[in-house]
Amino acid sequence: MEETIKPRELVVISGKGGTGKTSVTASFAALAAGRAVLADCDVDAADLHLVLTPQVAASHDFKSGREAFIRREACTGCGRCAELCRFGAVQPLKRPMGAQPLYAIDPSACEGCGVCVRFCPVGAITFPERLCGEWLVSETRCGPMVHACLAAAAENSGKLVSTVRQEARRLAEERDLPLIVTDGPPGIGCPVIASVTGADRVLVVTEPTVSGEHDLARVLALTKHFDAPTFVCVNKWDLNPETTERIERATERAGARPAGRIRYDRRVTAAQLEAKAVVETDAPSAEDVRDIWKKVKFETGN
Amino acid sequence: MIVAVASGKGGTGKTTVAANLACVCGTGVALLDCDVEEPNAHLFIKGESCGEPETVSLPVPEIDEARCDGCGECGRFCAYKALAVLGTRVLVFPELCHGCGGCMRVCPKGAIRETPKRIGTVETLRADNVTLVQGRLDVGVPMAPPLIRAVKAHIPKTGDAVLDAPPGTSCPVIATLRETDRVVLVTEPTPFGLNDLKLAVAVVRELGLPFGVAINRADSGDGRVRAYCRTERIPVLAEIPDDRRVAEAYSRGELIVDALPEYRCVFEALWTNIRTMEKTANENAPATRLSTR
Repeated sequence: MEETIKPRELVVISGKGGTGKTSVTASFAALAAGRAVLADCDVDAADLHLVLTPQVAASHDFKSGREAFIRREACTGCGRCAELCRFGAVQPLKRPMGAQPLYAIDPSACEGCGVCVRFCPVGAITFPERLCGEWLVSETRCGPMVHACLAAAAENSGKLVSTVRQEARRLAEERDLPLIVTDGPPGIGCPVIASVTGADRVLVVTEPTVSGEHDLARVLALTKHFDAPTFVCVNKWDLNPETTERIERATERAGARPAGRIRYDRRVTAAQLEAKAVVETDAPSAEDVRDIWKKVKFETGN
Repeated sequence: MIVAVASGKGGTGKTTVAANLACVCGTGVALLDCDVEEPNAHLFIKGESCGEPETVSLPVPEIDEARCDGCGECGRFCAYKALAVLGTRVLVFPELCHGCGGCMRVCPKGAIRETPKRIGTVETLRADNVTLVQGRLDVGVPMAPPLIRAVKAHIPKTGDAVLDAPPGTSCPVIATLRETDRVVLVTEPTPFGLNDLKLAVAVVRELGLPFGVAINRADSGDGRVRAYCRTERIPVLAEIPDDRRVAEAYSRGELIVDALPEYRCVFEALWTNIRTMEKTANENAPATRLSTR
């Protein structure tokens, strides 16, 4: 019997947003040439589908947590809920002078803790499940893809990220694909932690700006904290060569590995306008991205 | 007036817009950096620190084992699985706790009290005309919204405030945008920019906030963002040209209004446009989300 190989996952993140994470991931998807499952974990603002133009094969509701709802007809206006809510989610409604006060839950502030539900003296508060978005399984020209969309003003993007990664792994095992390439979210908070936890390899795409440099330090502290082997590449490096060198030195000091540089190239936007990955065009920076791919894909080094 | 500068997509120029805007909108303005995961405004507004940063913490449960009889009520109640009952012992996972206080209230033995867990800091810095308040989330802490609320507690009662929002469309963004007067959505005229702008528009409409768009690197990409704004009747409040000198000044941590004074008028006009923006600019917004369901 053939032994199945556990698929390995490369997660692309950035700390600072807009450094070119998704453009790099799309190129990796093309370079993986059908051997990878693609996962878009930037569920807040997913963009990978704009390049990979997936055909959706299946969609699933993403329900997470609950949200409180005050039944107006049962509410006596005692205000106990407003007193107990720590998220400022219970708000008094405008009422005519002298009328009994009434309260309502602001769903954008409710964190679904259930305290008001439990302590409402007349049981006027219901606690339905919250629909937070959907996750999708699709086919693209570069291989299967798992992606998601978070409902407007919804929360729990961290859990949605975990769902997308889990499904991508399941799909990779099912189709016997050795790789998962994941487009992560910006920042260092909940969805990023959900993206890098247990990743086999992380690539941070940064840029040689004061903010890129500042945010990289925080993101490297995070990947170290979660013990994820980390590579760093500098996009638009020639915008500020001095800062690029400083970033590469800081990368090594932080125990991560420099993976290369990508030149400032206006053709990247042109590729995006044509819904192509940069490496699918003859843009000059395509060569830089290919070099980085050689370093971070799992076959060489480790 | 409280103005939030936001965008779905990261790296469109939120901090650039917020910092430069704060510098042209008169004296005594407060700039609040609500991107607590990656605060960057201080790289552009260099001010004197006003004392030690304030530590922000979240109340998390602590179990009094002498009183706890392991009944498990707290674990069953907790919506975040921050408490787990193993046999007769209760384990607390502070990083999952939202600080709602529910476990403490439901415990029949009074065996739970709250103890503060540090999540980050808020620091105030004074520059020439701007007071910068910035939150900084501790690395490894997932929960940004309580820290954002602590930053927003520094919004001055009178005068103007500019809020630099985090990217995205989920909880940290909502926590920033709630109870602001105007929102500027910064975008760029690319497919990614447009896609994420649409997501951000859905959020500000959901919250019922008046908003307009600022297009950064306006002459890169194509005309789809402008066409979208026209169709949706969203005012375009400013267009910042795609100028490599702007990118280079940014890379060095310089304000555009200082490094390239010819752009000062762009931000002054943005400020005027925000002030004169109609409160009803957001025509498709639900009147209120509170009263109906």
